[in-house]
Amino acid sequence: MALNNFPYKDTIHRCFRCGYCKFPVNWMDVNNCPPYARFRMESYSCGGRLWLTRAWLNDQLEWSEHFAEILYSCTTCKNCEIKCPLRFNVDIVNMVVAARNIMVEGGRIPKPVKSFLQNIEIYGNPYGLGRSHRGTWAEENGVERYKDQEYLLYAGCAGSYDERAKKALKALSRLFKQAGLSFGILGNEENCDGNEVKSLGEKGLFDMLAETNINLFKKHKIKNIITFSPHAYNTFKNYYPEYGGDFSVFHYAHILQMLIVEGKIKFIETHKIKVTFHDPCFLGRWNNEYEIPRKIINAVPGMELMEMKKNREGSLCCGGGAGNFSIDLLGGKGSPARRRIREACEVGAHVLITTCPKCLIMLNNAVKEEDLEGHIAVRDLSEIVLDACKR
Amino acid sequence: MDSIYQKLVDIVGEEHVSNRPEELFIYSFDLGTAEPKSPDYVAAPKTVEEIQKIVRLANEHTVPVVPLGGGLSLAGLAVPIKGGIILDLKRMDTIIEVNERARYAVVECGVSQGQLTSYLEQHYPHLTHSEPGAPPAATIAGNIMIHGQGDLAHPYGFSSDMVNGLEIILPSGDMCRIGSCAVGAGWFTLHPLPDAGIFLGWYGTTGIITKLSLKLFPSKKIRGTGTFVVEDERLVPEIIYKITHTQLCEDIIAYSSAIPPFASELHHINVNIAADSEKELEFKQEIIWDDALGEYIRKGTGGYNGFVRGLQRPQISKTSDYKKGGGFEYVGAIMPVETYPHCYRKGREISEKHSIPYTITGRVISAAHAMMFAWTYAFNRADPETIRQAREALHETDDLVMELGGVIWKPGLYGQKLIIERLDPMTRSLMKKIKELLDPRGIINPGNWEIF
Repeated sequence: MALNNFPYKDTIHRCFRCGYCKFPVNWMDVNNCPPYARFRMESYSCGGRLWLTRAWLNDQLEWSEHFAEILYSCTTCKNCEIKCPLRFNVDIVNMVVAARNIMVEGGRIPKPVKSFLQNIEIYGNPYGLGRSHRGTWAEENGVERYKDQEYLLYAGCAGSYDERAKKALKALSRLFKQAGLSFGILGNEENCDGNEVKSLGEKGLFDMLAETNINLFKKHKIKNIITFSPHAYNTFKNYYPEYGGDFSVFHYAHILQMLIVEGKIKFIETHKIKVTFHDPCFLGRWNNEYEIPRKIINAVPGMELMEMKKNREGSLCCGGGAGNFSIDLLGGKGSPARRRIREACEVGAHVLITTCPKCLIMLNNAVKEEDLEGHIAVRDLSEIVLDACKR
Repeated sequence: MDSIYQKLVDIVGEEHVSNRPEELFIYSFDLGTAEPKSPDYVAAPKTVEEIQKIVRLANEHTVPVVPLGGGLSLAGLAVPIKGGIILDLKRMDTIIEVNERARYAVVECGVSQGQLTSYLEQHYPHLTHSEPGAPPAATIAGNIMIHGQGDLAHPYGFSSDMVNGLEIILPSGDMCRIGSCAVGAGWFTLHPLPDAGIFLGWYGTTGIITKLSLKLFPSKKIRGTGTFVVEDERLVPEIIYKITHTQLCEDIIAYSSAIPPFASELHHINVNIAADSEKELEFKQEIIWDDALGEYIRKGTGGYNGFVRGLQRPQISKTSDYKKGGGFEYVGAIMPVETYPHCYRKGREISEKHSIPYTITGRVISAAHAMMFAWTYAFNRADPETIRQAREALHETDDLVMELGGVIWKPGLYGQKLIIERLDPMTRSLMKKIKELLDPRGIINPGNWEIF
């Protein structure tokens, strides 16, 4: 019985399945747990997942591909932890990840999850693209390799390989160059940060990635890291110290704000536009950073920031967390990203701004799937800022 | 290929049907102590037409259909006792209309309490509904189907007294409407047509609610709770009688519980008061605390603990974690207010006998016409012995309710048996005829309110 070895065996049964975890902060609907919003079956709710997990660990339920998909459909967005009123709430996502650990150890995980992890092990990215292409995004921008600059700009897998994310990363690097920031990149030397690997329960691979990356950063005498993705920010800031990786870690929004305050980014007049902001889970709920992106948006001339009903800690996850931007267990008509883009339209925004390449990819695709091109655009904050200070 | 499964897929789409072990497992459980029973299928319809097709399919194949809202009754009322199709109705979650001037809302059956609360706060802050002390995921339709009560029960009665109209899918699959909506008028009143009230309290066994109109009430700018405390439980009925005489409160709840220890054996009476101005609030407080209850303060037999502004709506319940075990269930009972001292003493005895921290609550309904009592028993879901203890305590409490001359509220199977045994023969006969007439094949939520 695997339950005896489960680190949360004395906690997992404490979920009552009251359903608080389905709601956003203001109780407006039961669609704030991404898998439940997508499938609307109790098995996909946070409580349902915990009950099924316990039943599986307790030999009441056999492993199945469907159960594995239910377990892996959790995007680790932490909405449940915010909403659950009980004391064990801080461990809800940990319980899901611990169950995935056991599933990984048993060698039976959904096929897309297996491919995702294998690609990272072989190629250092989930897309299965060659390591030699990792730094190509920077070639036309003339971004320097890291030598002894003040900051390392960590591009991450999405920023390095996904076309939409690459566009945003290029905008960010141009902004940094214009502002005179001392930074460099690791190019093809860069490797996956491992945030998704950890959340998918592949602890061994995560250990390897963390140690490899930390050694690489130390070899280059890197002290300050700017991440393009909040996922990498979360990993470097919260997980790497346990592995001896003590770096000063910043999400790029922190640096943009610093450059604006220092007067190194200056805006010119722009057109008035109604925008809204989508809080990435790994910047917001995981790291409690809600205000800096908003301060930046409000500093850009012409921006009229309209909050969606679900914002800040009540934000609806785009559905891309825990590798789902690639594994895609939540795709389809009722996907969280498609719901989110409709919520942005409901408040009358013409542009949805975010600060995460995974959210950018998910929401950008959702615009097409919802046939909303021409009505709303999804843009990274770096693109908005660059447009506003073009000379 | 299972033909019923395939037909369900044809009706609601593949994503909204399951006969896989994972869904059958989850939907086999109630959150209380009821024994799990597996359904054969789970279907989550989105429209009235889909429900009609499913019910007709069930008739054709004589397969049970069990409607499920929030699944939070805790009494096992939506456990598929005889298998069949669980109808998860939560996808039908549209707030169709709020009529501001006639003060009602028309909602689909899957709309949750939290959803309506949030919607009214945002769009109609001067209106509110009677919200039960259930988690916000509880549905409005589920609450009225079990004659629930909420935080406006004192002035306006049971939640089912606040129904202005119903849309029902009969066990035949036909749809009918009850109330003014049945004649094409708005959904503003249940009366004055001939009474067709054979749906509420039946747990769906006479028909599945798909839409309902719920009365809304004025929401004042200031809402809060004052607390009065006494040591002698015998004082509680007369205190409630005096408070209700003022007709100035929104909600009155008396309770006593072992946790926290400092409050154990004391009796707290929470009184919700609402006002549009400080002047109105001061006036009401003076009438209630000084004029109505001042004598207890002067005698030293009662104390006023102060008034806290703001109501927690929806309420957050942590009872399930009392034993760090994820479970609790309670016996609800509609009782005369005067039975409070007996209810407290006997309920506490039962709890202590089963080593369960006691929690006894009573909400006043209307002008003290009755009180909804709840004796709560927490258990550890991972420990079958505590579940057995809680179940025994629940059954003993069901017996107690009947002995004390009350009526078990939302009874589970054990409580239903006790009630049916005591039913007036002609009432039994009438209920049996109604059920046989509407559901001759016995397909809707079978096992509940079965009269042989």
